[in-house]
Amino acid sequence: MNAPLLSAKGIAKSFGGVQALSDVSIAIQPGDIYGLIGPNGAGKTTFFNLLTSLYRPDAGSFEFEGRALDTNAPHEAAGRGIARTFQNIRLFANMSALENVMVGRHVRTRAGVLGAVLRDRRTLAEERAIHERAFELLEFVGLAARRDEPSRNLPYGDQRRLEIARALATEPKLLALDEPAAGMNATETGDLKKLLEIIRAKGVTLLLIEHDVKLVMGLCDRVAVLDYGCKIAEGPPAEVQRNPAVIEAYLGGALA
Amino acid sequence: MDTLLQQLINGITLGSIYALVALGYTMVYGIIGLINFAHGELVMVGALTALSVIKALTVAGLGLPPAAIMMAGLLVAMLLCMLLAYTMERVAYRPLRNAPRLAPLITAIGVSIVLQNIAMMFWGRSYFSFPGVISVTVYSVGGAAVTDLQILIVLLAAALMAGLLLIVHRTRLGLAMRATAENSSVASLMGVDANRVIVAAFLLGAALAAVAGLMVSAYYGIAHYYMGFMLGLKAFTAAVLGGIGNLAGAMLGGLLLGVIESLGAGYIGDLTGDVLGSNYQDVFAFFVLIIVLTIRPSGLLGERVSERA
Amino acid sequence: MSAAFDRKPLVWAGVTLVAFALAVLPIALAAAFGQTWVRVVNLALLYVMLALGLNIVVGFAGLLDLGYIAFYAVGAYLYALLASPHFGVHLPFWVTLPLGFLVAAFFGVLLGAPTLKLRGDYLAIVTLGFGEIIRIFLNNLDAPVNITNGPQGINLVDPLKLGGFSFATRETILGVDFSGPQKYYYALLALTLAIIVLNVRLQDSRIGRAWEAIREDEIAARAMGINTRNIKLLAFAMGASFGGLAGGLFASIQGFISPESFNVLESIMVVSMVVLGGMGNIAGVILGAVLLTGLPEVIRFTVVPAQQALFGEVIVDPEAIRMLLFGLALILVMLMRPAGLWPATVRKREFAR
Repeated sequence: MNAPLLSAKGIAKSFGGVQALSDVSIAIQPGDIYGLIGPNGAGKTTFFNLLTSLYRPDAGSFEFEGRALDTNAPHEAAGRGIARTFQNIRLFANMSALENVMVGRHVRTRAGVLGAVLRDRRTLAEERAIHERAFELLEFVGLAARRDEPSRNLPYGDQRRLEIARALATEPKLLALDEPAAGMNATETGDLKKLLEIIRAKGVTLLLIEHDVKLVMGLCDRVAVLDYGCKIAEGPPAEVQRNPAVIEAYLGGALA
Repeated sequence: MDTLLQQLINGITLGSIYALVALGYTMVYGIIGLINFAHGELVMVGALTALSVIKALTVAGLGLPPAAIMMAGLLVAMLLCMLLAYTMERVAYRPLRNAPRLAPLITAIGVSIVLQNIAMMFWGRSYFSFPGVISVTVYSVGGAAVTDLQILIVLLAAALMAGLLLIVHRTRLGLAMRATAENSSVASLMGVDANRVIVAAFLLGAALAAVAGLMVSAYYGIAHYYMGFMLGLKAFTAAVLGGIGNLAGAMLGGLLLGVIESLGAGYIGDLTGDVLGSNYQDVFAFFVLIIVLTIRPSGLLGERVSERA
Repeated sequence: MSAAFDRKPLVWAGVTLVAFALAVLPIALAAAFGQTWVRVVNLALLYVMLALGLNIVVGFAGLLDLGYIAFYAVGAYLYALLASPHFGVHLPFWVTLPLGFLVAAFFGVLLGAPTLKLRGDYLAIVTLGFGEIIRIFLNNLDAPVNITNGPQGINLVDPLKLGGFSFATRETILGVDFSGPQKYYYALLALTLAIIVLNVRLQDSRIGRAWEAIREDEIAARAMGINTRNIKLLAFAMGASFGGLAGGLFASIQGFISPESFNVLESIMVVSMVVLGGMGNIAGVILGAVLLTGLPEVIRFTVVPAQQALFGEVIVDPEAIRMLLFGLALILVMLMRPAGLWPATVRKREFAR
C-alpha cells in the first residue's frame, strides 16, 4: 500500500463538555475520493475544521504527505495543499465571482505592497496570470458568463460551484468539500458528480462530507462513518452500507 | 498620600457610578449590537437637568427638605433622559437596524455631538457647581475617611443594580429582553415584540444614566456640558472589560475599573519614580482594557462565542 | 487603464478640464474670496490624505479604527521635533516627512498588533483608547524630561524649504504672485494625487483583494491561505503611514502644533468622512473629506452674518451651531444613505476576453 496522502491518528476534540470527536483515525490515499458520512452532529464538520487548522485537536495528529500539519497556522493548510469548501457557503459576498476565484490564487502568488504600488513587469505578468487562471476555473465550473456579478447575487447552486472553483485556485492536492450537494436537486447533483470526477481525474484527491446517499455510493471509493464522534465503520461504500452498526446509527434502514 | 483603604473606598464609589453607566451600554449592545455613543451624553443631561431643578427649587425658597429637592431633581432628570433615549431610538437608530454595521455607529456619534452642543447652547460653556443642599458628614473608618455621600452612592447603586437584575431575571419583560439578546428573530417568532424590548432597554439604561449623572455631579461638585464624553468612554470600557452584553460583567467591570483607576492614580508616582504622575489617570482605563482584551478577547465574564464554520 | 484612455477622447477632455481647474483653483479662490479659502482648500487636501489612509484600514480591510488621529499626531510631532527651535534641530523635509511616514507605519503595527483577535466593536474601543493614550502622553511628556512641551505645544516649526525656496513666503513666479498658502496648495495637491494613485493601485492588487477578502469573511480568507494577521498589520501600517505623512505636512504648514489638535473628535471626523463618503470607494472617500471640511467652513462664514442680519448680534456661539449642524448632517446622511453618499460597487474587470 502506498503512503497515504492524509492520515489522521486518534483525533479527539471536545467543546466544553461535549465530546465532538473521540479517537478518529482515517487514511486517505492519493487519488481517492473519500467520503465522511454520518448522522447530523456526528462530528464531520468538526473534523474538517481540525484538519484545516481552524481549531486544535485535544489529542491525535494529522499527517499530510508524511509531514505533520502545524495546527497553529490555519492559513498554512492551503499552502500545504489542503483546500476546503464550507457547509454554509462562505463566499466573499460583495466581490464578483471572478474576484472570489482570484483570491484563491493568493497563496500561490507573491506580489506585495511594493509590487502593487510600482506595477513593475513581474507584478503585471503575475496579475495577468491570476486573471487568466481565475477565468479558466470559472469556465471549468460553468460560471464564466457571471464573472462580474457580486457573488451574493448568484443562485445557490452557482455559489456552491464558485466555492469549488475558488478552492481549486489554490492548487490543492486534497480538496475537502463540506456537503457540496446540499440543497441540490437530482440533475444538479448529477452534474456535481461529473465535475468531481473530472477534478479527481486531474489529480486532486477528494474528501467529502455528504448526506446524499446516491452521490456517496456512486462517487466515493471509500467511506468512513462517524456517529457521536466515533468512527463506527470504514470501507468501500457497498460494504459499509450493509454494516449493521451503520444501519442502526441512521435509525434503521435509511441507507437503502 | 492616601492609604490603600482610602483608595479602595474612593475606587468603589467611583466604580459604582461607572457600573450604572456601563449597564446602559451593555443592555443596548447586548440586544441590538449597537455601541450607543450618545449614552454618556445622557449622563450629562441627567446631571445638568437635576442640577437646574435643584437650584431652581432651592432658590424658590419653598422650604422643602433637601431630600425632597434631590428627589424632584432626580425624577425630572430621569424623565427627560428617558424621553431623549426614546427619541434617539425611534428617530436615529431604529431605521438603521438592518443597515451596514458602521452606519448606526456614525449616527450615534452624530446624536452625541448634537446633544453636547444643545447642552452647550442651553447651559453654556461654564462649569456648574453643585449647590450645597446636603451637608456632608465624614466618618473615620480604619484611618480612612468615608463620607455619607459615598455610602449613599454605593448603596443606591447597589440597590438599582439589584433592581435591574430582578427585572431582567424575574419578570416577563426581562425574559423577553434576554431572549431577544440571544436570538432576536427566534424571539420574535415566539411572540416577543422586539421593538418594545429594545425601547425598554434604552429607557432602563437612560434612567440609570440620569441617576449616575446626579451622583457624579454630587460627588465631584461640578457638572459641565462636556462631562459625558470621558465618563461614557470609561463606562463603555468597563462594559467591554466585563464582557459586553453581560449585565454582571458590566457591574464587575465598572467596579474593577473604578478601583484600578483609584489605585493607579494613587500609586503611579511611587511606581514610576515620579516620572509619571496622576495626570495620567485617564490612561489607566485604556491600558487595563488593552491588557485584558489581549488575554481574554471576550472580556472577563464574556462568553466565548465560537463561529460555526 | 491606458486602454480606457485610448478609447475615449471624452475621458481625456474631462481629465484636462479637471486638471486645469485644479491648477488655477488657488488663484481663482484668492481673487474671489481671499486667502482664507486657499487655507481651507489646503486643509481639505490634508483631510483627503487622512481619509484615504483610514480608508485602507476601515474601507478595504474592514477594521474599525477610531484612534486614527494618533498617527497624524506622530507624524506632526516627529516633524516638529526635528525641524524647529525646540531641540534646535532643523532637518530638511525630505528627511522628516519620509521619517514621519515610516515611524507612523511602525506605530500602526504597534497599535494594531494587540487588536488582531478582537471583534469589530471591541476593536473600535481599543483603537479609540490608543488614540487617547497618545494624546495624553503628548500632553504630559513635558516633565521630568521635556520632550513634547506638553499643552503648550511646539512653536515656530520650519516650513517646507527646498534650497532657498520656502513654501511659506510670498513670491512672484513667472509674473504671477503666489502667497505661502498658494504655494503649499501645489505641494499638497501633488502629494494628494500621488496618494490617490497609490490607493487605486493598492486596491486593485493581490494585497487589496486580500484585504477585501478579510473584510468579507475572515475565516474563508484564512482557509484560502491568506495570512490574516500579517495582512491586517499591513493595513494598519499603510493606513498609519499616510496619516504620518499628512501630519508632517500639517506641522510645516501651520507652524505650530499642540496635543489639542489631535483629540478624539478629529478621529471621529475622519471616520465620518470615510463612512459618509462611501466606505471602500476612493472617490466617495475624497468626496466625504471635501464635504466635511468645506461645509463647516461655509457654515462658519454664513452663521455670523446671518445672525447679525436677523438679530442684530451674535446670540448663539457659531461654533456650537457649526458642530450641531455637523452632528445633524451625520444623522441625516446615515438615515438616508447608510452605505454612504458614493458607495463602492463591484468592479467590472477591464480584462477583455
